Amino acid sequence: MPRVLLVEDDPAVRKGVQLALGHQGHEVSPAATGEEGLALLPSFRPDVVVLDLMLPGLSGLDVCRHIRERDQVPIIIVTARGDDVDVVVGLEAGADDYVVKPVRARVLDARIRAVLRRLAPSAAEGVRPRPETHGTLTIDRTGLVVTHEGRQVPLAPSELRLLLTLSASPGQVLSRQQLLEAVWEHSYHGDIRLVDACVKRLRSKLGEAARYVHTVRGFGYCFRAA
Amino acid sequence: MSRPAQAAPAGRAGPRPGRTGPWGRALRALRGLRVRLVVGFALVAAVSALGTGLLAFREARTGVLQQSQDVVIKQFRDSVDALTRGVRASPTQRELQSLVDAVAGAHQSQGWQVLATYEGLRAASGSAETFGRLSRELREAVAERPAAVFQRVDAGGRPYLVVGLPVVYGSGRGGTVLSGLACYLVVAQDTEQAYVTAIIAAVEHATLSALGGAVVLALLAARGVLRPVRALRGATRRMAEGHLDVRLTVHGSDELADLSRSFNDTAAALEQSVAELRRLEAQARRFAADVSHELRTPLAAMAAVTDVLDEEAPRLDGRTGDAVRLISEETARLSRLVNDLMEMSRFDAGAAVLALDEFDVAESLRHTLAARGWGDLVETRLPPPGAARARLDPRRLDVVVANLVGNALRHGAPPVRLSLGTRQDPTEGAWLIIEVTDEGPGIPEAALPHIFERFYKADATRARSESSGLGLAIAAENVHLHGGRVRAANRPGGGTAFSVELPVRRA
Repeated sequence: MPRVLLVEDDPAVRKGVQLALGHQGHEVSPAATGEEGLALLPSFRPDVVVLDLMLPGLSGLDVCRHIRERDQVPIIIVTARGDDVDVVVGLEAGADDYVVKPVRARVLDARIRAVLRRLAPSAAEGVRPRPETHGTLTIDRTGLVVTHEGRQVPLAPSELRLLLTLSASPGQVLSRQQLLEAVWEHSYHGDIRLVDACVKRLRSKLGEAARYVHTVRGFGYCFRAA
Repeated sequence: MSRPAQAAPAGRAGPRPGRTGPWGRALRALRGLRVRLVVGFALVAAVSALGTGLLAFREARTGVLQQSQDVVIKQFRDSVDALTRGVRASPTQRELQSLVDAVAGAHQSQGWQVLATYEGLRAASGSAETFGRLSRELREAVAERPAAVFQRVDAGGRPYLVVGLPVVYGSGRGGTVLSGLACYLVVAQDTEQAYVTAIIAAVEHATLSALGGAVVLALLAARGVLRPVRALRGATRRMAEGHLDVRLTVHGSDELADLSRSFNDTAAALEQSVAELRRLEAQARRFAADVSHELRTPLAAMAAVTDVLDEEAPRLDGRTGDAVRLISEETARLSRLVNDLMEMSRFDAGAAVLALDEFDVAESLRHTLAARGWGDLVETRLPPPGAARARLDPRRLDVVVANLVGNALRHGAPPVRLSLGTRQDPTEGAWLIIEVTDEGPGIPEAALPHIFERFYKADATRARSESSGLGLAIAAENVHLHGGRVRAANRPGGGTAFSVELPVRRA
């Protein structure tokens, strides 16, 4: 039973989402403010955080950044306005996905399950138990651990799955639409800004190895060591 | 009178290479106020200067010539009278010659050429050619009347005064008797001619100076009139461009100042009402955005639990189950409406931005149909993979196509067709053309221009439908955001055709 930390200031929405996610089989811990949510994090140890961006006091974006400082727990942001700038900033702050209010419980549930699947080793990758090396980067597909020059790189679920997907076939160009479907399990017409923001975050975390992730202008992205 | 006409284009309307053509501009400048003023002033100046000049010239010329000829005739008569006294009634050729020489000799410095005739005899002080200057009329007049006769002749460009003087006997009571002896004088009038020439030159000078002065005055007057006129023209243009805050500086209290003042008043009034309209419109838009935003929070709570209701509804008894289903369905509808309203508010606020990506458009269209389960309902005519790649916002393209196809499926009749093509424009580059057609009854002609307006319903009876009433408006906004065009038309064979043109913009 996935444990969901829900940070939402409006009591009715909080109650409704808690009710609906509980109905879908999630264990929900609600928090009315960002501060409360951050305080609950160590004790509740959620599998996923559902975070409203419009919060009184500490904003959703700040909460997102605070969580990412020490934790790679999946974060799904809820934006009330569907504001384009908010979405991009939220994604760059480390969110794995976003939904726009009003959202149906079934949609939110699907997103939560999709984000959790990014942390489960897929069957196809199970056949390669040994860590692979790409230049200075070592990728352990079974243990879901990425190390760069011996140091572990802390990657959020989307970043990790994006790297795994790109590096599964080095040299092959994947379009943004393909990555959306493979990593986020979104439809073909999902928001390609998810991909761009995630690539940006991934590169910033990979340090020296950032240059392995190539932008192929007009087509998409491609992973190639050296 | 060619000077003013030449002076006019020297102003601001000078020939400038442009699309309007220098000729058209020059023609317009010629009909302008400046030229008309200059021509008017110049005409007045020329007419008065020439009129005065001509009158003065005529009087002066007459005076000069009259005086000189009176003097000459008097001197000639005195000389002839004095010298003919000793001549016999019928002189010989020698006597005649000596008479002529004596008269000419007395006035040598004046360049007199003297001639004398008596019956068949002729004598001349200079060459005999001088006789050629005596006209027939002059000689006849001299022969018939006992009075001095004069005539002005022009020979070889030089003016001459010719005087004929018949010599008479006695002037007593018995009257005068012609002696038959006639003396003639031919004298060049160079001095007089020089006077006349000087007068003409003076008149010319005066006329030209007057003309010059008139042109300068006209230009000054024109400038005085044209400056406010030009300022007014500039201000009107700026206003037409949307700068409603433009005002004129008012100088003086003439009619032009009045005009400028009333322009300022009009502009101020216009600015005020436009500002008021804008304020009201912004208020209305903000209100719509605020309402949608406020609706969104309670709707978020409701939308979250509709799935719970949907799952529980079959287990509830008839009436309660129906009520629960109704609430669930209408909540979903309300969500769509609020989402569309929010989307519209973002377009109004200019907050909508493109997330561009280059992709295969045919593939994208196929996905749009497949995602909504329309794959079997819509006939497609799409280019092969890779043939139509473009740099667009894939999510917005999906919205456009889904709204147009959805509209055709709801209001048109099958078969609904979706086609994609490209058009190469020599100036605008490559364009994608997406067309959605159906075989339905078409749209009433009166409704066509409004079909992309918000909440516009072509058919009043179809008050309720799946869509929010904003679908086509949102599609159009998305197309415009791409710099594209969207059009709706009835097809000649029946049915409706929606066509979207989008610039390709390859990376």
